[in-house]
Amino acid sequence: MNWVWFHKWASPKWFFQKTDALVLWFGFLCLILLTVGTVWGLAFAPEDFKQGNSFRIFYIHVPSAILAQSIFMAMAISAAVGLIWRIKLAHIFVEVAAPIGASITLLALLTGAIWGKPTWGTWWVWDARLTSTLIQFFIYLGIISLYQAIENRDTASKATAIACLVGIVNLPIIKFSVNWWNTLHQPATFKLTEAPSMATEMWVPGLIMMIGFYLFFAYLVLIRMRSEVLEREKRSAWVREYLEKKDVL
Amino acid sequence: MIGGAFRYEFLQAYRLRSELVNPVVFFVMVCAMFPLALGSNAQLLAPLASGIVWVAAVLATMLSLDQMFRQDFDDGILEQMELSEVPFYQIVAFKILAHWCLTGLPLVILSPLLAMMLYMPAESYLSLIIGLLIGTPILSLIGAIGAALTVKIRRGNIVLALLVMPLYVPILIFGSTAPLMAAEGIVPAAQLLWLAAILVLMATIAPLAAALSLRVNIYGS
Amino acid sequence: MYFDSFTDFIAMGGHGTFVWMAYACFLMVIIWNLVSPAIRRRQVLESARRYWRRVDAESQSTESPS
Repeated sequence: MNWVWFHKWASPKWFFQKTDALVLWFGFLCLILLTVGTVWGLAFAPEDFKQGNSFRIFYIHVPSAILAQSIFMAMAISAAVGLIWRIKLAHIFVEVAAPIGASITLLALLTGAIWGKPTWGTWWVWDARLTSTLIQFFIYLGIISLYQAIENRDTASKATAIACLVGIVNLPIIKFSVNWWNTLHQPATFKLTEAPSMATEMWVPGLIMMIGFYLFFAYLVLIRMRSEVLEREKRSAWVREYLEKKDVL
Repeated sequence: MIGGAFRYEFLQAYRLRSELVNPVVFFVMVCAMFPLALGSNAQLLAPLASGIVWVAAVLATMLSLDQMFRQDFDDGILEQMELSEVPFYQIVAFKILAHWCLTGLPLVILSPLLAMMLYMPAESYLSLIIGLLIGTPILSLIGAIGAALTVKIRRGNIVLALLVMPLYVPILIFGSTAPLMAAEGIVPAAQLLWLAAILVLMATIAPLAAALSLRVNIYGS
Repeated sequence: MYFDSFTDFIAMGGHGTFVWMAYACFLMVIIWNLVSPAIRRRQVLESARRYWRRVDAESQSTESPS
């Protein structure tokens, strides 16, 4: 198989030039999807039989919780790629995705707590999923602080990559142990009400929000990666051309 | 070579022997603080005993992690060790083992005493000791990776704690619930076997990951 | 529209505070995620601009017969 395309994308200049149009597309699409999903979920979807209208928080909480995990998975894969093939762009992805992932995890935690109050009667409950998300949040914070604490950028990238990989290897163990711990201490009544037998009018906006969230992440990551590429490559001729084109110089 | 490695570690530790007691003293103090804070009611403390001992053990281990590599890294000795013909991960493995002997093992030995002070029921003692015996090496192993990643950071303790805390959660959960199960008459085989499995996993990959991290920090990239 | 009136929409059958709080968090996270990279981008462009201005200035001052 021809792997040239893989190594082409490793070039910061190629990456920068090819993602120019992509950014606009992602931004536009995610704006549409998120708006449609939000309006549909807030105003048009029916309320839940047991939870009433607080069910609408589902449309933010579930996509953000899923995205929090996916982002970390993507970071781990990128970390491995960066370490094995020494591709700097992969390290840039890890550095840039971490704060986004942390903010999405925080959103999942906050919306989970807010949803918990009318549903379970209390702001915080040590539900297995909320607890795992809390630990995931700490993992993100650890990776961000590790990257910022090391002065040399290359050392920082590699150390962060190793930390990511260690994190992803341990994540299944952590989730298993939290699940197990939860069944030990909590009665089985505390379950997130997202039964698969959801009416179409209820899960379709959820799907739209999910895709919208993913696109939003892609959009943000591209913007941040492009800024980092500009910063690292600022001494190159192509950056100078870009600056002149943008009327910045 | 093994004897030599241990002798080196213990000699280093002996030279700073005032530092040696720090994790142990911390461990005892934390355990003592809980009755002081919560009241000495035996009925209140007994179910909390295994949790308190475990949390104290985790915190004490975290405090001692910094010393694993920092001194040798700053002196340049670690770099010499890396350059020797002995595979680096083996040297790191012995360092971790020696560190556990000096910090984790004393915690295991002291734990029955502290458990008694916290009114832990008699049936729980064995599972507490076995749990700590299997668990504290895991804490040292995982902590070694964190210590290796943060060895260059000047006041790396906070970053180290932040990195390593989420990874300690499973060990804390399994370790602290084993004595609770034992107190109810159930043999905590599941928890202890899980700890043993994690120990085997970490014993294999942690020295490699720590060696890689140390190399990254020694050579700058 | 699932709701009969706008007031009903805001009240959300009694759960209004929670639903709107959650969506407010959503909005804040979106705004932070849009503002933060924009600030960074401006910093980067500024830093690149300063670099090239300096390079141009130096090359001009050394262009004189040497």
